[in-house]
Amino acid sequence: MLKKDTFMLGGREFTSRFILGSGKYSMELIRAAVEHAGAEMITLAVRRTNTGKDENILGHIPEHVTLLPNTSGARNAQEAVRIVRMAREIGCGDFVKIEIMKDSKYLLPDNEETVKATKLLVREGFVVLPYMYPDLYAARALEAAGAAAVMPLASPIGSNKGLATKEFIQILIDEIDLPVIVDAGIGRPSQACEAMEMGATAIMSNTAIATAGNIPVMAGAFKKAIQAGREAYLSGLGRVLKRGAAASDPLTGFLRDEE
Amino acid sequence: MTEQLYFVDSERLGKKTLEKKHRLEQEPCSRQNHMEYMEGMECISSDIMQRVLGEMKGYDPEAYTDEDVRKALVHDVCSIEDFKAFLSPAAMPYLEEMAVRAKSETEKHFGNTVYLFTPLYLANYCENYCVYCGFNCYNDIVRKKLSHEEMKKEMEIIARSGIEEILLLTGESQSVSDLSYIGEACRLAAGYFRNVGLEIYPVNTEEYRYLHECGADYVTVFQETYDTDRYEELHLLGRKRVFPYRFDAQERAVMGGMRGVAFSALLGLADFRKDAFASALHVYYLQRKYPQAEYSLSCPRLRPIINNDKVDARDVHERELCQILCAYRLFLPYVGITVSSREQKHFRNGIVKIAATKVSAGVSTGVGDHERKYEGKRVGEAGDEQFEILDDRSLEQMYEDLEQEGLQPVMNDYVYV
Repeated sequence: MLKKDTFMLGGREFTSRFILGSGKYSMELIRAAVEHAGAEMITLAVRRTNTGKDENILGHIPEHVTLLPNTSGARNAQEAVRIVRMAREIGCGDFVKIEIMKDSKYLLPDNEETVKATKLLVREGFVVLPYMYPDLYAARALEAAGAAAVMPLASPIGSNKGLATKEFIQILIDEIDLPVIVDAGIGRPSQACEAMEMGATAIMSNTAIATAGNIPVMAGAFKKAIQAGREAYLSGLGRVLKRGAAASDPLTGFLRDEE
Repeated sequence: MTEQLYFVDSERLGKKTLEKKHRLEQEPCSRQNHMEYMEGMECISSDIMQRVLGEMKGYDPEAYTDEDVRKALVHDVCSIEDFKAFLSPAAMPYLEEMAVRAKSETEKHFGNTVYLFTPLYLANYCENYCVYCGFNCYNDIVRKKLSHEEMKKEMEIIARSGIEEILLLTGESQSVSDLSYIGEACRLAAGYFRNVGLEIYPVNTEEYRYLHECGADYVTVFQETYDTDRYEELHLLGRKRVFPYRFDAQERAVMGGMRGVAFSALLGLADFRKDAFASALHVYYLQRKYPQAEYSLSCPRLRPIINNDKVDARDVHERELCQILCAYRLFLPYVGITVSSREQKHFRNGIVKIAATKVSAGVSTGVGDHERKYEGKRVGEAGDEQFEILDDRSLEQMYEDLEQEGLQPVMNDYVYV
């Protein structure tokens, strides 16, 4: 039996390694993420809150769940900072996910602006989780700026293409001393499992569950896959042979001690 | 001549006015050069118009074959060539396959969300003679411009219904509905709604910047047709006659700080396949130049107007419209697609499941008649409507219908920064 396996973000302890991303929201999705995937953190786009209709997401999130407002819609650091301040005013707490995009086609994050925003917001006391393109230099700059984690993308958001940036995420896991939360592009539980086997701290996903045939069942599938990947990582993966077979007798068995 | 269908003489026009109207209609040399800028129009020297018109000129929808469409269908990314094939008559037998692929692209980028908005016509005065339009300066209609108090009242009524995104429209009269009037409307609207869009006459970059500062963030300009010769025959008088100034409006809006821009041809005015091709290409090239901006396409078909029921979309039937929208989605999977109340309920219910991401609800294309429409009260005289609508569902009905179709209606997904 493994000992209690938790991780820390901004002084808060988390057990669940599944974080619900924002975007394709519905109340059913939030319920499924909390009840079936065990989510303890839920992202919400500030631009979707505070709406007049009864679809206001804030009112539907259980108390024990940490809110992670994001800055989607921001095109530069300055806009991101303004959105974050707005989030604090409407009672979203101090956790923030920085998303800065200057490309409406692929919605790829702008690392340079993200580093700038992180610096400013850490100074204002926020727990900053930046969404980023997996680049080692940018990750180091974010670490130096005081980010609480880095959130590299697996593939373009909403694409469900899985770990297209696998090798580069591995470099971040190996080199950065912050939790690495894989965000965007995870299309199926097996991909979430693979990222966890690599040593990722947690997975953020939305589309894969939101567009599934059965939302609660898919949420449960993600929970199991993330757990399996995490346990595989903790146990240490067995040998994987690249090619050929291993000789059962050692190749150097012929060597004798010379007298 | 096809456009003869559109010419209607009102009995209330004076002799001199009628003479001028007829001259404009019959003598092309009496009209101003439609490719030349008028005084005060900013020229931004963009290369996008030449690229779009050049590509459009080389596009022959009839040249595409069954084989081209089948090849396009197996490609992961839809190229310009593939898009041409999808828009061609050869693609008609593949409509269902295109719809299946379009649906999956829409879901990847937008999930099951559908955005809702409503238009608010501020005024219907117009200084242009666009022969197919109900607001044209020679059409005998009841003209009206909302006063500050009337605007406020209309906005209050609309906001009470739950609408959070509004599209402010005017006829194209720079003297009656001047910039400060529109700016005042934006300021007022920003107090009632989370998202304010504009569909007004094209203006210069600095004027777009001013309107953005007043609270507007999205600009819609319909080019009507990208066929410059046809454009010339349809827009006989006024500033709208200047084709290139209108073409560059979205670019100026983005330069002026607007977050997003919307495009369309009015389908039915010219070869709709070529017009659809040019509309999407206009978005495509602008997105490459200004990747930070948000883009959307509409797909209006010609509708009958007051005093002329002969105006219609001719060869653009529902199947053709669906083909265009699927092709748009495959070529530009990330852009918003708006389907207005020019289309019937069954079409809008169907197309939101395939390609559309935004629909209007609680629509009136008249001026100052929301109180009557929303709350059944008749107060004063309203200005006449721009065209006839075919789907008059209220916001509440639309919201319920979308939910029943398994879609998620979204009132707002936006923050003004």
